[in-house]
Amino acid sequence: MSKTLITNTIRKLRFNQNEMTQQELADKVGVTRQTIIAIEKGQYSPSLELAFRIARVFNTPLEEVFIYEEKDR
Amino acid sequence: MSYQERRALVSLVETIVISVLYSAYMIQRYPAATPYSPEIFHFWGSFFLILIPVSIVAKIITAIIFAILNAIATREEEPPITDERDKLIELKAQTNGGYVFIIGFILAVGSLVISLPPAAMFIILLLAGMLSQIISDISQFYYYRRGF
Repeated sequence: MSKTLITNTIRKLRFNQNEMTQQELADKVGVTRQTIIAIEKGQYSPSLELAFRIARVFNTPLEEVFIYEEKDR
Repeated sequence: MSYQERRALVSLVETIVISVLYSAYMIQRYPAATPYSPEIFHFWGSFFLILIPVSIVAKIITAIIFAILNAIATREEEPPITDERDKLIELKAQTNGGYVFIIGFILAVGSLVISLPPAAMFIILLLAGMLSQIISDISQFYYYRRGF
């Protein structure tokens, strides 16, 4: 049995986009800032649609924004 | 503490206050009659029917007061949108509340099976409804605090 974990590089990508704020990203993808905070912290896994929208904002492939890891228990 | 967390806490306090005040007010009007008399059923029927508009009005007034006080205290406006995470949290919180109400409903019906007076069934049903709302509010606060 293994535990799945999705990490992301949103913080780094925001930094590379002239330190885009969480609110700016939230406005661009149509969610609240709290949701962006939760995603960045890895507390919330977004829907596939939202994940694509975030990737599109950074003009980056989805798998470079969200990384799927599998950890053995 | 985020806007949503504060809103969940305010809703929790409002639920408790309205439940206690309304029950305390109505219980004084409890008819002095035998347990199976029609007056008892009339009382409980009106208890639940009046409770519905009272809680709706209380929710609206609380939401308005909360929005004003929150804007004054934190200078933070209400989030203009409800996103997928908000909807999921609301759904999970309502599900938790629903489980509590189902248990209460079973207990209420069970009280009739073991021949308790009808008032016991109504009281259990009422407590289940209140507890269900409280659990829903607590769940909402917990999920927002945890992230999801």
